[in-house]
Amino acid sequence: MASNKLFNILVPIISVLLGLIAGAIIMLVSGYNPIAGYTALWNGAFGDLYFMGETVRQITPYILTGLAVAFAFRSGLFNIGAEGQVIVGWLAAVWVGLAVDAPMIIHLPLAIIAAAAAGAIWGFVPGILKARLGVHEVIVTIMMNYIALYCTNEIIRSVLTDNMDSTDIIPPSASLASEWLQGLTYFSRMHYGILIALFAAVVMWFIMQRTTIGYELKAVGFNQHASKYAGMKVSKNIILSMAIAGAFAGLAGAMEGLGTYGSISVMSGFTNLGFDGIAVALLGANTAFGVVLAAILFGVLKVGAINMPTGAEVPTELVDIIIALIIFFVASSYIIRWILLRFKKEGK
Amino acid sequence: MIDILQSIIPPALFFSAPLIFTALGGVFSERSGVVNIGLEGLMVMGAFVGIVFNLTFADVFGAWTPWISIIVAMIVSAIFSIIHAVASVSFRADQVVSGVAINFLALGLGVFLTKQWYDKGQTDMVTKPFYTTDIPLLSKVPVIGDIFFQDIYLTSYLAIVLAFVAWYILYKTPFGLRLRAVGEHPAAADTNGINVYKMRYIAVIISGALGGLGGSVFALTIALNFSHATIVGQGFMSLAAVIFGKWHPLGAMGAALFFGFAQSLSVISAGVPFLEDVPQVFLLIAPYVLTILALAGFVGRSEAPKANGVPYIKGSR
Repeated sequence: MASNKLFNILVPIISVLLGLIAGAIIMLVSGYNPIAGYTALWNGAFGDLYFMGETVRQITPYILTGLAVAFAFRSGLFNIGAEGQVIVGWLAAVWVGLAVDAPMIIHLPLAIIAAAAAGAIWGFVPGILKARLGVHEVIVTIMMNYIALYCTNEIIRSVLTDNMDSTDIIPPSASLASEWLQGLTYFSRMHYGILIALFAAVVMWFIMQRTTIGYELKAVGFNQHASKYAGMKVSKNIILSMAIAGAFAGLAGAMEGLGTYGSISVMSGFTNLGFDGIAVALLGANTAFGVVLAAILFGVLKVGAINMPTGAEVPTELVDIIIALIIFFVASSYIIRWILLRFKKEGK
Repeated sequence: MIDILQSIIPPALFFSAPLIFTALGGVFSERSGVVNIGLEGLMVMGAFVGIVFNLTFADVFGAWTPWISIIVAMIVSAIFSIIHAVASVSFRADQVVSGVAINFLALGLGVFLTKQWYDKGQTDMVTKPFYTTDIPLLSKVPVIGDIFFQDIYLTSYLAIVLAFVAWYILYKTPFGLRLRAVGEHPAAADTNGINVYKMRYIAVIISGALGGLGGSVFALTIALNFSHATIVGQGFMSLAAVIFGKWHPLGAMGAALFFGFAQSLSVISAGVPFLEDVPQVFLLIAPYVLTILALAGFVGRSEAPKANGVPYIKGSR
């Protein structure tokens, strides 16, 4: 069907619009002014250069966790573990940042690679268990999230510091922070990581669309048995897919550790970057380009929401409801397609 | 030895109860062929409703407040779960995606309404939570009574009884047979005159009710208030218990009891001689590591119901 491509673009756009309309209705019903609410949201995301810088900062890890979920999805795997992979990546980046003393040209790449490697290991475990023993990756990744959280907290307390809740700030030679970007945006926490995130999106696109590896990964996602019959190694591809996905999420951790915060603190709960990454991947239809667009949307919504309580007295959680509804509408794309087709037929 | 058991078993039962309720809900839903990642969200909804109802009506219902609260939470979560049913049964949505949406939606709504009604990010502490009691007669039995039936929450036993009820319904009644048939081979079930859509709707709504029950029991025994951090992963743990228990009500109960036991270890370790010297972090990660090891080693391949996660489209082959 020639119009399939059109549908694939229309469905997310309609879903986003429906989500925003539903958000307006919720504001009306709860006695808030939706126009004031959305104005506050807009100003919170684009109001001045500081807010724009913060928005870009939020988009950066979202792109990477979105890629982490999307990449695994393409091979038919559901990576709920992006959360844990982010945490270990964050830890590894800060650890290398603090422990190694080297000029920037070595130090920074080393810290970033460490983060990607830590994330990859965290993805490799569920991958190999799925491939060799058939253990459901959803459970293992959920469990790995908790293991990452508790182990990281313990390492921060007893290895990286002496029973403190937060590590020292990493030296400038490992930092992604940029005085130039900060100066440009009234001292927001924007950093060079956005370039890495965009580059990672290009990498995912290249692997998926232009290499044999990507072809095999997608084939395994479509039909494991057919791939096996065609001579592909299904288990190798499952492991590879989870490891690469983990590496993307690990990089998201590096963005937080080397860019936004420059340190790592004991966490009482999850960062939610990984869970939000699921939403990003779903809205982005699991493609690299779609993930970037979806990350931009969610980054804008999340950062803009911070301004809603002061700007319009609307609780920030309204944005979570909107995001949930958008995902819900994307999931129900069948019904949107059906309605669109009805309209088309009547138009003819 | 009895002292040790007495300090281990009641907390284990106490931590397990919410997981058992929710996991049973997961079994119903997944047995009918609807994947339910949204268990977490259903628990959030249950916890939210349970707490709010309890706070609002504590004066009206007195000592019965917690019981009425969990019933109301069940009803509201059951209604809430219809969203998941509509999406995954009627709209043929990807069930994982729809479940994720349920999780986001429940948390968003819960905290949004909490902020609107209480003007802060968390509710007050409830005044009428569940209290521990001694079970009449049984608590007088020597040894066993001390370990199992003294200072215990009635909800823990309700959970275990319910697991057997769920087993009876799923494996000994025509309704249960139909529900499982719909999850294994919907087309064949349809041919035999079973309404696939209706069965799946019922199953998801049951899972909503049980998820709400689990969430509200957690809130009224363990958390005692509602905030964004009340339910953090218990729903996912329950989902793990469903798969760990091989989609069987009693298996899921066993897995949930195991998780509850493992969680209670880190809480009670200080009072148990051979656990005192183990660093806290090992006890914290123990349930998760043990689950992975158990799934990899002892349980072997767990096969889901055949049609799990596949929307049924009438007339398709």
